[in-house]
Amino acid sequence: MNSNEKLIVSPAPHVHDRSTVKNVMWNVVLALIPALIFATYYWGFRALLLSLTGAVTAVVCEAIIQKLRKIPVTVHDGSAFLTGLLLAFNIHAGAPIWLPIIGATFAIAIGKQVFGGLGNNPVNPALLGRAFLLASWPTQMTAGWVAVKNSAISGLNDLSRIANNLSELSPKAYELVTSATPLNVAKTLRDTTFVSEINAQAGGIDLGGRIFGSLTEMETLKSLFWGNIGGCIGEVSAFALLLGAVYLLYKNIIEWRIPLFYIGTVFVLSFIFGGIPGSGTSVMLPFFHIFSGGLMLGAFFMATDYTTTPLTKKGRIIFGIGCGLLTIVIRLVGGYPEGVSYSILFMNVLTPLIDRLTLPKAFGKVKK
Amino acid sequence: MRLKTFPGGIHPHDQKHYSKSATIRKYPTPNRVIIHLSQHIGAPSSPIVEVGESVLKGQVIAEPSGFVSLMQHASISGKVSKIGKFMHPTGAMSTAIEITSDGLDQMVALDDNENFMELPVESMKERIANAGICGMGGAGFPSHVKLSPPADKPIDVVVLNGVECEPYLTSDYRLMLERAEDILHGLRVIMKVTGAKKGMIGIEANKPDAIALMENLCAGRKDLEVVALKLQYPQGAEKQLIFAATGRKVPAGGLPMAVGVVVQNVGTAVAIYEAIRYQKPLIERVISVTGSVVRKPQNFLAPIGTLYSELVEACDGTSAPIGKAISGGPMMGFALPSLDAAMTKGSSGLVLMNKHEARSMEEHTCLRCARCVDICPMNLMPSMIANAVKYNDLDMAVKAGLNDCIKCGSCAYVCPAHIRLVQWIDTGKIRFAEAQRKK
Repeated sequence: MNSNEKLIVSPAPHVHDRSTVKNVMWNVVLALIPALIFATYYWGFRALLLSLTGAVTAVVCEAIIQKLRKIPVTVHDGSAFLTGLLLAFNIHAGAPIWLPIIGATFAIAIGKQVFGGLGNNPVNPALLGRAFLLASWPTQMTAGWVAVKNSAISGLNDLSRIANNLSELSPKAYELVTSATPLNVAKTLRDTTFVSEINAQAGGIDLGGRIFGSLTEMETLKSLFWGNIGGCIGEVSAFALLLGAVYLLYKNIIEWRIPLFYIGTVFVLSFIFGGIPGSGTSVMLPFFHIFSGGLMLGAFFMATDYTTTPLTKKGRIIFGIGCGLLTIVIRLVGGYPEGVSYSILFMNVLTPLIDRLTLPKAFGKVKK
Repeated sequence: MRLKTFPGGIHPHDQKHYSKSATIRKYPTPNRVIIHLSQHIGAPSSPIVEVGESVLKGQVIAEPSGFVSLMQHASISGKVSKIGKFMHPTGAMSTAIEITSDGLDQMVALDDNENFMELPVESMKERIANAGICGMGGAGFPSHVKLSPPADKPIDVVVLNGVECEPYLTSDYRLMLERAEDILHGLRVIMKVTGAKKGMIGIEANKPDAIALMENLCAGRKDLEVVALKLQYPQGAEKQLIFAATGRKVPAGGLPMAVGVVVQNVGTAVAIYEAIRYQKPLIERVISVTGSVVRKPQNFLAPIGTLYSELVEACDGTSAPIGKAISGGPMMGFALPSLDAAMTKGSSGLVLMNKHEARSMEEHTCLRCARCVDICPMNLMPSMIANAVKYNDLDMAVKAGLNDCIKCGSCAYVCPAHIRLVQWIDTGKIRFAEAQRKK
């Protein structure tokens, strides 16, 4: 052999599993494709258009900022695309097209690049973008939900299950179940004044209890599971999101602790505290709560964001429980019907503290 | 059968197929050997020969310079031609004694004591020290020191390390297949020296024939046990092996003797057996020369001090340009600047990779994905240590586990950002040691 050959000298280890940042990010995007397909199926081409607008805006925005910062443009790594897509997933299909454009720009510029880019942002950029939009354009963010297949947004397709001629019986109750998302219905029914009002309108029957009961009926849960309800683009179908989640768990891209403890906490707390006065709780209520709103999207795709969640195993459990607790508090007694995004943002901020308080004991270290 | 293992770890491809079926071949006497004075943990040996002096194979040429030090012997007969700096298998230049062969391969007189098990413990220890034996698995801790634990630390279990969890390497595997009985003789000697009542042999599940053979030989012996271990890196790391085999956890910062265990590599066991029975010094060892570019991968029984370049030639050379030459295994071994290094007592293998396998990947900023945290076999926070070292926050680095790191490299293996975690941790260890000295 030729002894003058140049050999590569580098520190051990000399083998690698060949995983890359790019691979991780694009795999997460891939895992969101089922949800995107379901959303397009239920809400039409507009859902796809808004999603891609968000993703492309994020990519363009990141490239421009990196050019301005005179650092290498790294948009091929997929992280900006993912942020933009997740941002758009937090907008409903009836929203104006400029909403995801502004949201994605804010998410990338203020949520990510200001802090130095990938790996340095303190909170989830997509959720920060969503919070910004909700604070700035609350009407556009919450009004004009698109109903699916001409049925009620709440997923209570067959209204006769609640009462024949609900529209005549109680116009107020009718408006609620046809124009609000399921979580909104659940929340409104916790208002005893509202319930007694519609009960009075209906001539004294327990209409509130009936509507609440219908939320946990198999029909409704099925709608929630398959996505036949109103909501944000990415909140579409628990099934589609779970499909992606299973893929990410299998590929070892996300870890089980945060989603399990997040969803588990919501499950348990919604059973204990989720009932309404007069009707109490139901064994099916936890299923209503875990399949509703943005929980599946949040637990598997947002609360598992690497940069903004704890490094330690114990910390991830605390993070998951904290998210679940806050989500339930917001859903049941807070000012919004849904609490997934704010609870994750709040826990993101606590992450450095959680890490410091949960440093693991080395193998063989004696517990003090 | 349920395989035993430890928490954490990774599953790299074992790459044993290159050399696993090559039977151990005795390497012919080389023209020259280079005997390093630092082949072990501890003080370098001091030479007792001068340039020009004739030496016999097996003759002492350097003596220990302290308690934790080692005796070195000539591995061929000939003349001392130089005492100076030569390339060490770590890639660094280090002092060594060069011996040029006289072509005679004359050996010092050996003993053959068939009743070697009857020898008193003290003379066993003396023979081990005189044979210059250190751990042959890589770390190279002098065996006579390891086998002399203080009286307040009784040893009840000896674990032989036949795990060979590093990818590519097959020297221990071949030794277990071809010298199984000698390994068991060595085990019995170590048990006698330490007073241990139980002997175990840990072997990874990718060597089923070695497990079966050992089990056969140990059948009916209540004091011996073969432990089949899950294929998982770093199964052969001392603390991980002890936990998998015995369920005992070596305290952080402590030695195996704290839990009554002594671990020795299977190769070391053979060396110990030969030292006790024949008074043969450690002057040769089995080394795997393997990898994708090696024409005919081999397991050589080669004299200590043989040049790597000669070993490669004896494998009919290479079939493609070498990208990286690794002394040891690819997880913890050293990348060499050239093949001019000479093998030492700890040289278990030489792995030659092609350019593609050796390609390096660009380093990213940390994503905080925590993969390193999830697989760390010592339950540390690798990325946090690296980051703390980067910003010179040694207190934080220590809190995150700096001093408990065994440098197995698992963290860097799984890092999608390709951060040189082990290098940062190493830097941290050096800075920490400096800071301690200043205090």
